[in-house]
Amino acid sequence: MRISFKLNGKPVTVDVKPNEILLDVLRLKLGVKSVKRGCERAECGACTVLLDGKPVYSCTILAPQVNGHEIVTVEYLASTGELDSLIKAFVDKAAIQCGFCTPGFLLTAYALLKENPNPSEEEVRKALEGNLCRCTGYKKIIEAVLEAAKHFKR
Amino acid sequence: MFYRLPEFNYYKASTLREALELVDRLEDFKVIAGGTDLVMDLRIGRYKPRNIVDISEIKELDYIVDEGDYVRIGALAKLQNIMESPIVRTKAPVLAEAIYQMASWQIRNVATIGGNLCNASPAADTAPPLMVLEAKLKLVSKDGERIVPVTEFFLGPRKTVLKKNELLAEIIVPYEKDAGSSMIKLGRRSAFTLSIVAVATLVKVENGKFKDVRVALNSVAPKPVRARSVEEALKGKKVSLEAIEEASKFVVNDISPISDVRASAEYRREMSIILTRDSLLKSLERIGYKIEG
Repeated sequence: MRISFKLNGKPVTVDVKPNEILLDVLRLKLGVKSVKRGCERAECGACTVLLDGKPVYSCTILAPQVNGHEIVTVEYLASTGELDSLIKAFVDKAAIQCGFCTPGFLLTAYALLKENPNPSEEEVRKALEGNLCRCTGYKKIIEAVLEAAKHFKR
Repeated sequence: MFYRLPEFNYYKASTLREALELVDRLEDFKVIAGGTDLVMDLRIGRYKPRNIVDISEIKELDYIVDEGDYVRIGALAKLQNIMESPIVRTKAPVLAEAIYQMASWQIRNVATIGGNLCNASPAADTAPPLMVLEAKLKLVSKDGERIVPVTEFFLGPRKTVLKKNELLAEIIVPYEKDAGSSMIKLGRRSAFTLSIVAVATLVKVENGKFKDVRVALNSVAPKPVRARSVEEALKGKKVSLEAIEEASKFVVNDISPISDVRASAEYRREMSIILTRDSLLKSLERIGYKIEG
């Protein structure tokens, strides 16, 4: 079947099977490699994308379910400058080690700051509970998001 | 790619009517809403349906409406929207409290309350709060509709009273005025986890005595359960720590926990008693009865 949706600001049309998941469509058919294949069971957050502005796991969404919707990934947000304060804070605070989880964290943090520009530490922790990082121990990631909030432009 | 989902025919319903016709006509199907449970179940091979009926975009089933004495929640309302709803926070705070402890933001953004109930996991976290609120479920089919109390909806692990051609359309949640309520969930970690046991309680007090007591638990029986023994032991009693501690022990009569990867049966029994007590104390505190526990 053929589905059409907005990907990173541009309309795309792609042939899919109903049993394909969004993660595979993005990575294998549309070349969006920032969306990582982690646990593939809705636990790790590495495959996070923004669906109509909200963070979701692309590993549990069937391809046909995004027909007519909008998907955004870090490729786009980095190109528009909207992630600048988050990226700078992640680098400054050393909130990255291997980097595999980072695109997911950036998207979730971005969605949080869009919704709540001045989150408390508790709110940051709550928002990021669905993203796992096996390197940093989270402390620096949380510090980075709090730091980015000071400079984030909605 | 690594774990391919089995192949299936895909049907998308855009109205409730279309969905009801599909589930009436099709054989061997599963219904998908948010899909956060079903897609995993397809992947691990728990279900291998020939057909999938996608109801996720039936707009007419996605709402939260305040009707004064009760709140109507569409089966396709997203968990995150329910949790953030000022109506739910005011009139069914224990439901919002339960959802706050469920899954993660990414999941709550797509997962629906109807999906959590119809999936009928013994660990369904929306069940205990809805059971203490004595919510009713509206089940609809091509032939009509019926109302079933949520306490009678579950039959066992992943089994409900839903007939093959029926869909859950709405959750009707009574507004319990002057009630204190609480939900405490114990998992293997503090966030984004399945419950080892969760307890929801609701209490009403009059003249220092328990006027109404409701207790419900998940993950300690084949289906979410009400703890009637605890409730009966407290009704009419004077509010006191001793009464609560004594009654909480009776919870073991209402549950039949098993040992699994998350915890042993013994641990679950012990925690059920403790969490029942703690949740009762918390519920009381919320209507102004502070008892040191």
